[in-house]
Amino acid sequence: MDKFIKLLSSAIPLPIENVDTDQIIPARFLKATNREGFGENLFRDWRFHKDGTANEDFVLNKNENSGNILVAGNNFGCGSSREHAAWALQDYGFKVVISSFFADIFKGNSLNNGLLPVQVSPEYLQELFIEIKKDPTTQIEVDLETQKITIQSTGSEENFEINNYKKMCLMNGYDDIDFLISNKSEIEAFEKTRV
Amino acid sequence: MKKTLFDKVWDAHVVKEVENGPQVLYIDKHLIHEVTSPQAFNELERRGISIFRPNQVVATADHNTPTIDQHLPVKDPLSRNQLAQLTKNCEKNDITLYGLGHKYNGIVHVMAPELGITQPGMTLVCGDSHTSTHGAFGSIAFGIGTSQVAQVFASQCLLLQKPKSLRVNVKGKLKPGVLPKDVILYIIAKLGTNAGTGYFCEYAGNVFEEMSMEGRMTVCNMSIEMGARGGIIAPDETTFAYVKGRKFAPKGEAYDKKVAYWKTLPTDEGAVFDKEYHFDASDIEPMITYGTNPGMGIKVTSTIPMENNASFEKSLAYMNFEKGQSLVDQQINYVFIGSCTNSRIEDFRVAASYIKGKKKANNVTAWFVPGSQQVASQIADEGLNAIFEEAGFQLRQPGCSACLAMNDDKIPEGEYCVSTSNRNFEGRQGQGARTILASPLVAAATAIEGKIIDITKHLN
Repeated sequence: MDKFIKLLSSAIPLPIENVDTDQIIPARFLKATNREGFGENLFRDWRFHKDGTANEDFVLNKNENSGNILVAGNNFGCGSSREHAAWALQDYGFKVVISSFFADIFKGNSLNNGLLPVQVSPEYLQELFIEIKKDPTTQIEVDLETQKITIQSTGSEENFEINNYKKMCLMNGYDDIDFLISNKSEIEAFEKTRV
Repeated sequence: MKKTLFDKVWDAHVVKEVENGPQVLYIDKHLIHEVTSPQAFNELERRGISIFRPNQVVATADHNTPTIDQHLPVKDPLSRNQLAQLTKNCEKNDITLYGLGHKYNGIVHVMAPELGITQPGMTLVCGDSHTSTHGAFGSIAFGIGTSQVAQVFASQCLLLQKPKSLRVNVKGKLKPGVLPKDVILYIIAKLGTNAGTGYFCEYAGNVFEEMSMEGRMTVCNMSIEMGARGGIIAPDETTFAYVKGRKFAPKGEAYDKKVAYWKTLPTDEGAVFDKEYHFDASDIEPMITYGTNPGMGIKVTSTIPMENNASFEKSLAYMNFEKGQSLVDQQINYVFIGSCTNSRIEDFRVAASYIKGKKKANNVTAWFVPGSQQVASQIADEGLNAIFEEAGFQLRQPGCSACLAMNDDKIPEGEYCVSTSNRNFEGRQGQGARTILASPLVAAATAIEGKIIDITKHLN
């Protein structure tokens, strides 16, 4: 897993609530047996018309918006547990997703892949949408070490929460498997206590 | 300290606690299927580690499988490859697989309970969000991502923060025609799609106590649709009777010992929940959804709410519905009875009881897809097959089918489908398809009438 420490980037706004993982990556693209290449079909049915041509109204197809940060409406990533959603966002180039609320499984999947979910207040989320609308090149800084997000142009900042253990994993590029395997003798001892 | 059912099961599985961090939770049973496991097998291979406890893993093929001609090679090469990969991975790692055509094959959340793999007091996971289904037995069961599938493969454990506790109480008498599906659609409509996020939800009250195991599974199944990682219902005599005698259930003395333990699991009187809701059963009526998330549900007899919100309006535009509209008399050309929510024997009994002696509407294409081979056999044994056939319906072979349309069972663009599945997301049942979630009774009535009817007027 890649390390994540700090990111400065413009952001892509997606002010839609309850974006479910079926929208992020539709089920018909889940037939692969590896984890690469899902970015191609990220938001497939919003991004493309049925005949495969680009939907020019969708934000990923607009030239003015670019960057490694996705700013999305409340309750992002609800629905199916498919980790392919996190893989697709990452494969497309996103390193951070900002929302006022994340679904549990999506949040966990993102953290396990080094894609940082940043939960901000609903007010700050609106501020982000407004600033990005005013100027799509608005730079946003996400600093994991200080757990702070800053809109560079206005200086407006907010702290975000993250579990200490997960923060340590992200900053060092560690994942849970390494940790769990290092606990094998304790796991075996635990098994013996159960009938 | 007074403990909840969830606390008791959780605490019994904590191997250790990381300082200021998550807990290492032991997992008793790990269910896998073809879609979310291949990358986890690859991950272990890449790291050169073997599966820690292969005999605690059970596999089935369900998401990507056809529902007709299962004896023939799967037509779609990508699906075929994914299924072949599962077979290969299971063989290589000594994992029991109930593959396509096996007499125990079926949707993972239907076959595991019916084989007695799911038992009270267990921790159980699967790379599928509807793993919450198994909480109906008083077990802690929840969906995980593929990285976590790899973690369980490697260590039979997960690193988790203990979720907060939520209890939903429904007490009173349900009206005729109100099924477990209506109860959970009602709860989600009342609480919203993220009320349960960060929580594990216990369902309590006489309504759940009086439900069959099939009904409890339908309820727990949709816990994730209000954001809760899992649902859980206290095990009782109904649970014990269901588990008893099943293939993997404990036998004889071992069973009695287990039952004695299971009886200690229900929430202690006076235990405190982080959040609690109370509903009156008599307020619940047959439900349908009108939008693109499961929280957008109304009583069949109600009208679509008048909400001014961009996401709400986007959703209605997708469904081609209007604010204030009633859905009664809406023409429907597709009906799906199936999915891990409603594909058990009881669901087909309900459908058959309405359909018996009637004929399918000419405009309707209906897919009746049992959840497992065992459900399919039971449908035949009980003579329900004949009722469906006489009415013009054809029963298909088990699988997830049109719930997520990974196989060929796709609803065409722009068409409405009254579906007993769990998600009405945009495109869930096929690109451009419009899903209306309902109970098997409402779905059966729609298939007969060719339109949504006020089912409450058709009940004796």
